[in-house]
Amino acid sequence: MSKIVSKEFFSENVVKLEVEAPLIARSRKAGHFVIVRVDANGERIPLTIADSDTEKGTITLVIQKIGASSTKITNLNVGDELLDVVGPLGKATHIDKFGTVVCSGGGVGVAPLLPIIKAMKAAGNKVISVLAARTKDLVILEEQVREYSDEVVIMTDDGSYGKAGRVTDGIEEIAKREKVDLCVTIGPAIMMKFVSLLTKKYDIPTVASLNTIMVDGTGMCGACRITVGGKTKFVCVDGPEFDAHQVDFDEMLMRLGAYREQEQEAKAKLAK
Amino acid sequence: MATDRNEAWREELRKAKSPKERTAQPRVQMNSLDPKYRARCREEVNQGLTAEQAVAEASRCMDCPNPACMTGCPVSINIPGFIKNIERGEFLQAADVLKETSALPAVCGRVCPQEKQCESQCMYVKMKKEPVAIGYLERFAADYARENGTKKADSNIKKNGIKIAVVGSGPAGLSFAGDMIKKGYDVTVFEALHEIGGVLKYGIPEFRLPNRVVEAEIDNLRDLGVVFIKNCIVGKTITVDELKADGFKGIFVASGAGLPRFMGIEGENLTGIMSSNEYLTRVNLMDAGNPDTDTPVLKGKKVVVVGGGNTAMDSVRTALRMGAERAIIVYRRSEEEMPARIEEVHHAKEEGVEFMTLHNPIQYIGDENGRVTKVRLQKMELGEPDASGRRSPVEIPGAIEEVECDEVIVSIGVSPNPIVPNSVAGLSVSKKGTIEVNEGMQSSIPMLFAGGDIVRGGATVILAMGDGRRAAAAMDEYLKK
Repeated sequence: MSKIVSKEFFSENVVKLEVEAPLIARSRKAGHFVIVRVDANGERIPLTIADSDTEKGTITLVIQKIGASSTKITNLNVGDELLDVVGPLGKATHIDKFGTVVCSGGGVGVAPLLPIIKAMKAAGNKVISVLAARTKDLVILEEQVREYSDEVVIMTDDGSYGKAGRVTDGIEEIAKREKVDLCVTIGPAIMMKFVSLLTKKYDIPTVASLNTIMVDGTGMCGACRITVGGKTKFVCVDGPEFDAHQVDFDEMLMRLGAYREQEQEAKAKLAK
Repeated sequence: MATDRNEAWREELRKAKSPKERTAQPRVQMNSLDPKYRARCREEVNQGLTAEQAVAEASRCMDCPNPACMTGCPVSINIPGFIKNIERGEFLQAADVLKETSALPAVCGRVCPQEKQCESQCMYVKMKKEPVAIGYLERFAADYARENGTKKADSNIKKNGIKIAVVGSGPAGLSFAGDMIKKGYDVTVFEALHEIGGVLKYGIPEFRLPNRVVEAEIDNLRDLGVVFIKNCIVGKTITVDELKADGFKGIFVASGAGLPRFMGIEGENLTGIMSSNEYLTRVNLMDAGNPDTDTPVLKGKKVVVVGGGNTAMDSVRTALRMGAERAIIVYRRSEEEMPARIEEVHHAKEEGVEFMTLHNPIQYIGDENGRVTKVRLQKMELGEPDASGRRSPVEIPGAIEEVECDEVIVSIGVSPNPIVPNSVAGLSVSKKGTIEVNEGMQSSIPMLFAGGDIVRGGATVILAMGDGRRAAAAMDEYLKK
């Protein structure tokens, strides 16, 4: 059981929770994720750790309402408990001094990107963060990102904040301007696909953190499998970060839809 | 002692019936639910024996002076000892005999491949008769004790104060924990999932091994003092070094079968194609078939299951229970080579599962949404025996068939879970990723022992339990030094 010690709404559908998980807080690194089960009927869902506090023994998770279980989690309040939290899972981000690193995040993808921004900055990189969202209200964690970035570019689809355009427009502007040694991208699969296509054009090595369907999260089920460089890989144990230029994003997008009908049904039932 | 063959009661029992009378009796038939009914529900297929049936079957046992059946048992259960207690009506004592060597008798009675182990050695087989139904009797005694026995608080155990950690709560871990707690150690079991039981919970379906049976066995261990910690991954949440620093003097790694194998053929990542681990975990551990739970599961109408083992049978029979109209086993060898228990194959057939043996998938075809719609199968014939001693399947050139399907479950085995092997420096690991151990299940790191699928790469519940027993005996020796 992991108690929720703080809760903050980033938007109507996105919530930041700080939960008690002292062992995970101690052992986790940037890029790691946890599997959370909200209650006895809950699904096991993977969530990347956005932050941790070893003294308080807490980890920070950012959750978007998608299916029934994620909706239930966002409905919890301070003092409530998550039934199961297990981790840290996956491989940690490879942090090194690369030079100039562009960290691009879309939507809630900015949450798992934050610890990478922090670690990249601490390793001595010049960090340029590109945050993208549909509209101003959906831009999250801007302040924290600014704290650890040399430059922050904000892109909104509707132009209500920052510049009007997609995350790729923001990255392209930087790529045209200066040499970029690494791009890290986290966000919806479709966004990462287009970031990957763009950076390939500019020959920028790119790492994408993938959020696929998982059940156990320890390598046991293979629900998260994707094709990387023509080989099947498991996101939970081989990832979650991969060379974006090698990832078959079209297959990944297709696989993400495997349970879409059931997800919608479950969510509709919960709303009743 | 309830197991002493020379006790007066036992000698009397032997004289009570002549060998001729004993051998003249036919082997008992297991009571089971009607195939049509059971194939659409989760109820346990086998209903167990009645007391009368059990006593009669027990009286078939000749109480041999050198019981060969015991040599066929990986945990060396005193088989005539428990069977003769059933024959004389002392069912609880029969269960006590089982518990001396097996932490999970009600489980073994249900899932062991007895026809390849104890029952294959029974002297009836040499007489060209059906062996004593040792598995059914084991189940009977264990079930009887669970339903009628009074729980004994075990105050006889003298604690030695030495802390032992177990990684994984499947059959190997539970068997090890049971032996070590009885030897006086403080035993803590760490489990990665949110339920205790490992493959007994996520893998083997309710209709073959009800969760309440597994729970009762786990409760027995808890009553003896075993501590269980869920949601804790050794190698991730805590490290082996941290366990050592915490005062654990011995660690038994039984982290089980990890990565499911796929065939690497075209279209295998289409949606609707999954490993048996994923499918069974969704249905068994997550109860995805229940509309009240959030976890989804695909309920295919035409389901193809690839493989011929027990897990393949569990998957295909689960598919029927999830509403499949056609449920087909595709296996590249013939039925004779199938590794599944005979009973599982028999039950699957009774329930309407179709068998396409000597067929091997070579490609999956999907629709515009990436959902599987067809599988292309290569027909095979049997050639020379291969390394496994079974006749190897050989392609028949040009003999290709297509089968329509909307769900495929790949059940062709697993590779060991890499988490612990990858996280312990200096641990000797084989090319396949299994932990290398000596006869006493001791690894290259003296305080670390290992057993079950992490050592074997994919085996049975009872072999894993046997490993647990051997590791417990060897670790006890090692720690006493």
